[in-house]
Amino acid sequence: MKATVTDKRKLQLLAVISLALIALYVLVGLNADNWRYALSLRLPKTLAIILTGAAIAYSTTVFQTITVNRVLTPSIMGLDALYLFTQTVLVFFFGSRSVLFQTAHINFFLSVGLMMVSASVLYRFLFGGESRDIYFSLLVGVILGTLLQSAASFLRMVMDPNEFLILQGRMFASFNNVNTALLLPAAVVVIPILLAGKGNLALLDVLALGREQAINLGVDYERNVRRLLTTVVVFVSAATGLVGPITFLGLLTANLARELIRSYQHRYLLTASILIGIITLVGGQFVVERLFNFAAPLSVFINLGGGVYFVYLLLRGSQS
Amino acid sequence: MIELRQVVKRYGDVNVVDHVSLAIPRGKITSLIGPNGAGKSTLLGVMSRLIKKDGGEVYIDGQELSQWDHCLLSQRVSILRQQNHVDLKLTVRELVSFGRFPYARGSLQKHDWELVDQALEYLKLTDMQDKYIQHLSGGQRQRAFLAMVIAQDTDYILLDEPLNNLDMQHAVEIMRILRSLVNVLGKTIVIVLHDINFASCYSDYIVAMREGRVVQEGDQDLMMNAQVLKNIYNLDFAITEINEQKICVYY
Amino acid sequence: MGRIRSVYLLVPLILLTFVSLFLGLKDFPGQARQIIALSRLPRVLSIILAGMSMSIGGLIMQQIAKNRFVSPTTASTVDAAKAGVLASLILFPQASSLGKMVVVFFFALAGTFLFMAILRRIKFKNAVFIPLLGLMLGGIIDSLTTFVAYRYDLIQNINSWLMGNFSMVTQGRYELLYLSLPLLAVAFLFAHQFTIAGLGEEFAVNLGLNYNFIVNLGVTIVALLSALVIITAGRIPFLGLIVPNVASLYYGDNLKASITATALLGSVFLLAADLLGRVIIAPYEIPIGLTVGVLGSMIFLFLIFRSEGR
Repeated sequence: MKATVTDKRKLQLLAVISLALIALYVLVGLNADNWRYALSLRLPKTLAIILTGAAIAYSTTVFQTITVNRVLTPSIMGLDALYLFTQTVLVFFFGSRSVLFQTAHINFFLSVGLMMVSASVLYRFLFGGESRDIYFSLLVGVILGTLLQSAASFLRMVMDPNEFLILQGRMFASFNNVNTALLLPAAVVVIPILLAGKGNLALLDVLALGREQAINLGVDYERNVRRLLTTVVVFVSAATGLVGPITFLGLLTANLARELIRSYQHRYLLTASILIGIITLVGGQFVVERLFNFAAPLSVFINLGGGVYFVYLLLRGSQS
Repeated sequence: MIELRQVVKRYGDVNVVDHVSLAIPRGKITSLIGPNGAGKSTLLGVMSRLIKKDGGEVYIDGQELSQWDHCLLSQRVSILRQQNHVDLKLTVRELVSFGRFPYARGSLQKHDWELVDQALEYLKLTDMQDKYIQHLSGGQRQRAFLAMVIAQDTDYILLDEPLNNLDMQHAVEIMRILRSLVNVLGKTIVIVLHDINFASCYSDYIVAMREGRVVQEGDQDLMMNAQVLKNIYNLDFAITEINEQKICVYY
Repeated sequence: MGRIRSVYLLVPLILLTFVSLFLGLKDFPGQARQIIALSRLPRVLSIILAGMSMSIGGLIMQQIAKNRFVSPTTASTVDAAKAGVLASLILFPQASSLGKMVVVFFFALAGTFLFMAILRRIKFKNAVFIPLLGLMLGGIIDSLTTFVAYRYDLIQNINSWLMGNFSMVTQGRYELLYLSLPLLAVAFLFAHQFTIAGLGEEFAVNLGLNYNFIVNLGVTIVALLSALVIITAGRIPFLGLIVPNVASLYYGDNLKASITATALLGSVFLLAADLLGRVIIAPYEIPIGLTVGVLGSMIFLFLIFRSEGR
């Protein structure tokens, strides 16, 4: 079919652009004197950013498919805030000097475990009972995010009022402060799931038709949606742990992929959104680091663009 | 055969389906009729496992729903509900090809594509098979979804008010297609209908529901009776025969 | 429903005022009078005024936007005001509080009018859609502010400024809030008109009301009140949203009847939240913005679910 041919071309082009940007980001500014040192800093950071872009793009596209809509995303539903809150709670109860906090691995896996428990609550909210009004779910998600954020800050303040701001900065990653210690655990979790994701492609195509059609076509709906939602939760945790929350990145990549790719098939959609995620983050980081000279972290720009796009989607959705 | 025993579905403390026992005859069109809120659609949903029941059993070919493997069941029973809003860039042909998912799991073989083509032909959609479903009229989209169900090639086809949004010409066309699916291919069809006269003209067996219970069931000779219908709808009916079909008037 | 007279709310108000004034004073023998005059009294007064201002602001917004979940926080007023704070810091770093206040007011006004203009254009008035839109619009303004703040290296500055906090309120730093008194008086005077405007433009015009004038007056009052509170105490999220909703549970939707209760309840709630923040990790304090953020978003969630249940 014709559509798939052009889609394949587009994917190739996206792949070339991402590779070029990665090369640019890693190599520009290297010289004979500094390359050893610079690479030791840049390579882990680049890997973390690539992993984050892929994880957010994949999880958002999957999330949108199982919820059958284009405005809800895990971040907007407050999942990143939940991860940060979970981390804070862990530190709050075990103290910032405990093994749990010092060892990135243990802290990460514990947080992911707690996240999965919370995800089952999210599952019941989104899929239990009758289908909900989308704006209702969105507003609840946004407010829940605010609540978790303030609650996390509150706990940090209670923990140590003197070091409040320092603690805030040290505990949480951002683009200027990528948590490379998490690179290994995050990679161990994300990469195998991404590779195994091939088996889900046809399933996702059917899930996009909605719950009733999926069941009619013989999908064990509940089991599969739970499984996929768990993946989403793990990926969001990994991404948030590595570079901190970027609320609107998922919304942008998933929707850009849907605009760009003509086919409905997740084979193309997922690949495209992952590549767009990588391009946005690596390219964006390159521009921000070199052009703006660290004036503001990349997430500020992404949230600005994503916010405008989100309002556009809201207004467009309300017209029909 | 589809057999229901003491099926219950509750919303809050209301039994929307209230201890319904029913046997759907094979190789026939069975219509579910009754006033709004009688529980027809809910019953159909329970029968097709889209809605979880709160009590009772549903047997498909002798095996309870919960015992069925999801995939194998979808090769036996298909369901089409009223609202089929899909916001996807899908062509008609792509949509219909989803009907083969229970068999092909996403990689369709030549045989699957043949069945897709047949289904398209059956519903006269061959000309518009490359159109996107968002660009279709309500009636065309309904036919596209019906074609998908036909490509699914199941013994039992459950349809929830498939004539909604259709103009009269298309409604009649759909009912004729269903008739021929039963007569030629030996399918069993259960259909929720609003229009009693459609039920009278095209079905072999009619089940009337009210307030979650089956009030009466039988062939159309038995059911198309002024007293029976008054019982169901609380309305006076006059029944006449036109071209050997019983038609009721209730204005 | 038997309505509770609003005056009964004076009881907890007076009680909390006393606790707030005298809490922990015995640790400072001999200095009590001085502490009360310089720090405690200004603090209590500013909390009472800020509580009234934010809740009355929210009440007016809800009437003229015809939506229960609209308030300065969910109509981008507060985010625009924050942008105003940044602008005043960059453009007029030497200006007095009053001067800064004027800049902040114009930003808050512009932000609110922008939201109202969008509101008028969309026909789709889903109860939860409107606040969602307002929050997102506020989010955009906020990211713009953050970006500019980064450029001028003011991010720390603006964040600490805007974290709602009354512990910095001392004599000489809160008097601007007295300006809210005449504004509140105007709000009380026009309460009935706001109710009528809330019933719709056609309805209002039919009763001989100058609809646009009332709406513009309402928005101006809200922007002024928000600017005053932001400048003196910082952001107090969701206060303007939840207090009028809770008040209307008991006092109905006729502004004339509910406005007094709303004002008093706002003060009571804020005094209680402030005390909570002072007690939990004493001798340290938790900024009231955080306390109210946690309590407010929980109550907001409760209100959303309640509205869906009906």
